[in-house]
Amino acid sequence: MSSRNMPKWADVLLVPLISLLIAFALSALVILAIGEDPVRAMAIMIKGSLGSTYGWGYTLYYTTNFLLTGLAVAIAFQAKLFNIGGEGQATIGGLGVALVCLFIPWPNWWMAIIAAILASALFGALWAAIPAFLQAKRGSHIVITTIMFNFIAASVMNYLLSHVLRPQGAMDPATARFDNVLRLPRLHDILAPIGIDFSRSGPANVMLFVAIALCILGYVLMWRTRLGYEIRAFGQSEAATHYAGISSVKIIMIAMLISGALSGIMAVNSVMGGPQRLVMNAVEGAGFIGIAVALMGRSHPIGIMAPALLFGFLYQGGSELAIETTIPREMIVVIQALVIMFTGALDNMVRQPLEAFFLRRSGRG
Amino acid sequence: MKLTRSYLGATAVLALTAGAAFAEPALIYDMGGKFDRSFNEMAFTGATRWAEETGGEFRDIELQSEAQREQAIRRFAEAGYNPVVMTGFSMATPLEVVAADYPDTTFVIIDGVVDLPNVRSVLFAEHEGSYLVGMAAAMATESNTVSFVGGMDVPLIRAFACGYAQGAHAANPDVNVIVNYTGTTPAAWNDPVRGSEITAAQISQGSDVVFAAAGGTGVGVLQRATDDGILSIGVDSNQNYLHPGSVLTSMLKRVDNAVFDAFTQGAEMETGIQIMNLASGGVGWAVDENNEPLITEEMTAAIAEAEAGIASGSLSVHDYRSDDTCPYSVE
Repeated sequence: MSSRNMPKWADVLLVPLISLLIAFALSALVILAIGEDPVRAMAIMIKGSLGSTYGWGYTLYYTTNFLLTGLAVAIAFQAKLFNIGGEGQATIGGLGVALVCLFIPWPNWWMAIIAAILASALFGALWAAIPAFLQAKRGSHIVITTIMFNFIAASVMNYLLSHVLRPQGAMDPATARFDNVLRLPRLHDILAPIGIDFSRSGPANVMLFVAIALCILGYVLMWRTRLGYEIRAFGQSEAATHYAGISSVKIIMIAMLISGALSGIMAVNSVMGGPQRLVMNAVEGAGFIGIAVALMGRSHPIGIMAPALLFGFLYQGGSELAIETTIPREMIVVIQALVIMFTGALDNMVRQPLEAFFLRRSGRG
Repeated sequence: MKLTRSYLGATAVLALTAGAAFAEPALIYDMGGKFDRSFNEMAFTGATRWAEETGGEFRDIELQSEAQREQAIRRFAEAGYNPVVMTGFSMATPLEVVAADYPDTTFVIIDGVVDLPNVRSVLFAEHEGSYLVGMAAAMATESNTVSFVGGMDVPLIRAFACGYAQGAHAANPDVNVIVNYTGTTPAAWNDPVRGSEITAAQISQGSDVVFAAAGGTGVGVLQRATDDGILSIGVDSNQNYLHPGSVLTSMLKRVDNAVFDAFTQGAEMETGIQIMNLASGGVGWAVDENNEPLITEEMTAAIAEAEAGIASGSLSVHDYRSDDTCPYSVE
């Protein structure tokens, strides 16, 4: 992904920024076309997501989700493995969280969160292990298999929630609510002792710090350890690593297991930190948003932090738009999709002209 | 939909509800969408009627996913909307949490029960209304086979099926009632293609009257019934107009009245459980110019008799939800 044809600052900042501007400009046209005021829409999004601690509570909650799924995609992508299965891995990770929280009587939240993180990581990693094995040993393409596994995960969850985990007599396909002891401390609880009055309502919780810590750990792993070096080398050239005596099976398996585990951990936030029970569709597309976050962040564990916050803003701002304007919910998905498309898929559309521009300049100089 | 604010009307409401804090009401639709021609649209109709009569304004939102329920309720409560009305049993669990956090806001849940002092829980006696249309179905069938397409397979929808089967057997003890459900997830409320497929299967089993209690899925059921020349029965809203001459009748569930009442009474409304049954006009069956030719005098007389019996208590219809069983198979 990196480029020798332009300065690093342009690669890291200018390309995503221009892509984002194009996406917003097109979104503005879309909003204009349905007869709404784009400036007002933008103001509502900013006010609703960043204008109050209530808004921040939700923005940071979504950001936590995207940090973890973004990191998951980023690490797999360092090995040139395109893990599109974050959605399914997080869904199954949620199952791990629910089982740990429902069937073990924990005395306090911090023991429960450690167990939940371990369980969700294990479940997510197991779900990623099968496509990884098929890729490593049989050459089945990871993109295809992980996509398929998303559907399998969704169907498994449908079955479990409507037939197995649903409490007797309940109509909603969801598990019972976890014990109140397991409620994770939210930013309100964490910031109150130091005198900051944060809204009680926002679900952002202690998992935000776990996610940031994992991003830093991810950086250390990828750039400061032998294993990280091997993973990155494998991503650059499989043949060279093979020549150097590194097992491709080992790298594929390890990279995908780490990726699946991180996607799984995301469910601790969206199950234990949010509704405190396992509901259908608890992942809310975060697995796919993770792909865009990783692409924007150049698959760098620290680089994904800003795009994770951006998408947290888009998610929360989008739900505010749905309430405050008559912009239909489908249109908000369109706006989010435009941002993903321009920052992720159409990266080269901005990159190539920019590279040409910098080449011309350096040629003249 | 744009609602033009009428300050005159708003002032009138303010004067009427003197003492009550003036706040706009809000409405949250369950999965299936605002324009499902059925349950949610009925809620929208009630809210619109309130807006037109009083000149007031309301906010509404359609859910994007199951996981957003709590956020939607919280958002309206946080912004000071009062009362906050929501449709669907799935709202009960998230509402339990949010209502406790906002004791000064009045919430209304339709089809669910939340036992808190600031919540009104509106329940409908769907089994009574379904009993009436079950009678109509059994009297209209020529193949002696009628059928039922449910949305999500939950006790609420089984109560529709059970009432329908009881009514059909009351009118014709030898009738055969086929029961199917669209699915086990909220997606079952909005899957007209699957609804159409199930109806086709039921027709091949001999059914010539089909009752859809499936939200937006019912649109597909009614369409298939019309295409294949059998009779259908609509639900919640009066759906007779969708296919005039093919829709035998509709089982009315006056969600619109529940929303209208909640909006009119405002934040000071009486909370607790409110039962909307046949006696109070909460459920019923629809006869209008679209289905009049299909309704025989015999039907009208028999159903009127049953209505009077249910309202007076001399005829009791078993409610599936009371003990999770039904005298007829609704599996």
